[in-house]
Amino acid sequence: MTTLARSWRWVESEAIGYRRVWRGTVISSFVNPVLFLSAMGLGLGTLVDATSNQLSVPYLAFVATGLLAATAMQTSAGEGTFPVMAGIKWRKGFHGAITTPLGPADIVIGMMMWGAIRLSFVLVVFALVSVVLGALELGPALLAVPPAVLTGLAFQSTATAYTVTRENEISLSTLFRFGIIPLFLFSGTFFPISQLPQPLQIVAYFTPLFHGVELVRKIALPGADSSIVTDLPLWVHLAYLTVMTIAGIALGARWLDRRLRP
Amino acid sequence: MSEPLVQARGLTKKFGDFLAVDAVDFDIAKGEAFGFLGPNGAGKTSTMKMITTVSPITEGKLTVFGLDPTVEGRQIRQRLGVVPQEDNLDMELTVAENLYIYGRYHDMPRADIRRRITELLEFAQLSDRSESPVEPLSGGMKRRLTIARALISDPDLVILDEPTTGLDPQARHLLWDRLYRLKREGATLIITTHYMDEAEQLCDRLVVMDKGKIVAEGSPRQLIAQYAPREVVELRYPEEQMEGIGERLGWLEGGIEVLADRVIVYTDDAEATQHELTIRDIQPEQVLVRRSSLEDVFLKLTGRSLVD
Repeated sequence: MTTLARSWRWVESEAIGYRRVWRGTVISSFVNPVLFLSAMGLGLGTLVDATSNQLSVPYLAFVATGLLAATAMQTSAGEGTFPVMAGIKWRKGFHGAITTPLGPADIVIGMMMWGAIRLSFVLVVFALVSVVLGALELGPALLAVPPAVLTGLAFQSTATAYTVTRENEISLSTLFRFGIIPLFLFSGTFFPISQLPQPLQIVAYFTPLFHGVELVRKIALPGADSSIVTDLPLWVHLAYLTVMTIAGIALGARWLDRRLRP
Repeated sequence: MSEPLVQARGLTKKFGDFLAVDAVDFDIAKGEAFGFLGPNGAGKTSTMKMITTVSPITEGKLTVFGLDPTVEGRQIRQRLGVVPQEDNLDMELTVAENLYIYGRYHDMPRADIRRRITELLEFAQLSDRSESPVEPLSGGMKRRLTIARALISDPDLVILDEPTTGLDPQARHLLWDRLYRLKREGATLIITTHYMDEAEQLCDRLVVMDKGKIVAEGSPRQLIAQYAPREVVELRYPEEQMEGIGERLGWLEGGIEVLADRVIVYTDDAEATQHELTIRDIQPEQVLVRRSSLEDVFLKLTGRSLVD
């Protein structure tokens, strides 16, 4: 078996378990965008547009694209933390799998593949809800999905690398409290980072969700001008997220090996 | 003689400064049920993990199926069935699905896996639980399912790390019965245990491990004959008499072991020993006469008991 074939075996086992719980996850995939887009987009957006919208697109379109990337981050950070800790410590499934021809790297790559499949579904639902609510046109909405998936994978792989070096659930909540939530709020999801004080803007340039949000907007909002996005070229965002994804996988596989095979 | 299935020479495992396995040698032949007997922390599990290629070797040489675990781990694992000390079944899957995914991990065709699942559920006496989730199964059932899972790919070698630890006596006997059947069918088994009765029942040959070293090797019968006299008299004294009991019983010829709660006396003639005690007026509160076992072998070799 090749590495890919072995990782695919892992995807198969995830899919078998998922058959029993998919209903619940489908419902939340619909509910989340509906809630967020109606509160932030329709509610807050109406106010923003009515008073003094300096953005070149309606606030609803602006926030829908931002939330698409942010949702990818949150979903994938979840996939890279709790299931990983479960495999190592809580249910110890990884310890069993590595006594078969599968190895730690196959597990990490398999989890990433499964994460990409799940995330694509979540994001397509998100995109369709934004079309129904009038935030985006169908074409741009669907175009926004692949860059958002890449954003998610960058977070899943690095969250995995982080989790395999941790001992308990507290470190996982720490990651969300001090990593994911600040990124969610300050990466340009809800307002352009040009609104931030200069020093914080510079910080934002180095954070991953900023690149995800920018990438999604540059692809899904073709008319976006400098009121919405920075003038960084597309490839910078792509390179940032790709390198982050690969580094996360490489380190995650290596550290998981060390963890499982002391 | 054909090449051994597993061969270790000077096999060593260190965790930092801690020496878990200290230069052990052993050969395990095809078709044999081979045991590692020893207390917790003796290095049994570390040895198993090196054989299953999930723990790198620190020093020495190890071959499994003639292959090198360091570079050919995957090929080795393809031919192994492993029953870990701690259950790690997938709680989100059913009984049959747990077997199915391990068949897939071993790259078996789906039709073969289905056929094998039916056989194995019967073997593990879980046929009526096939579609049940794993969570509500009893400890014994989970253990049998884990063993069935290890057998899914029809492995050339089955490794069982403390297969019955934590099970009640009835569940243990049912499990032994299954393992005995496996053995009769010609499977090669490696079993680690700290239960001497388990080793006596299941193992053709075993090594006794203590503090990372192999301290004795042979069949259960050989080991008992070599290290322990025929009979054992266990004496219990009231607590106030236990102090200095060693000196007072020092004249006994076969040797004694003083434990916290009792004195073990090795003898070839239990009746004569008891008679002597009466004459010398060191009558115990309670006497138990039994045949010597692997437990006594371990006690003789290390001065400590296996469990606790």
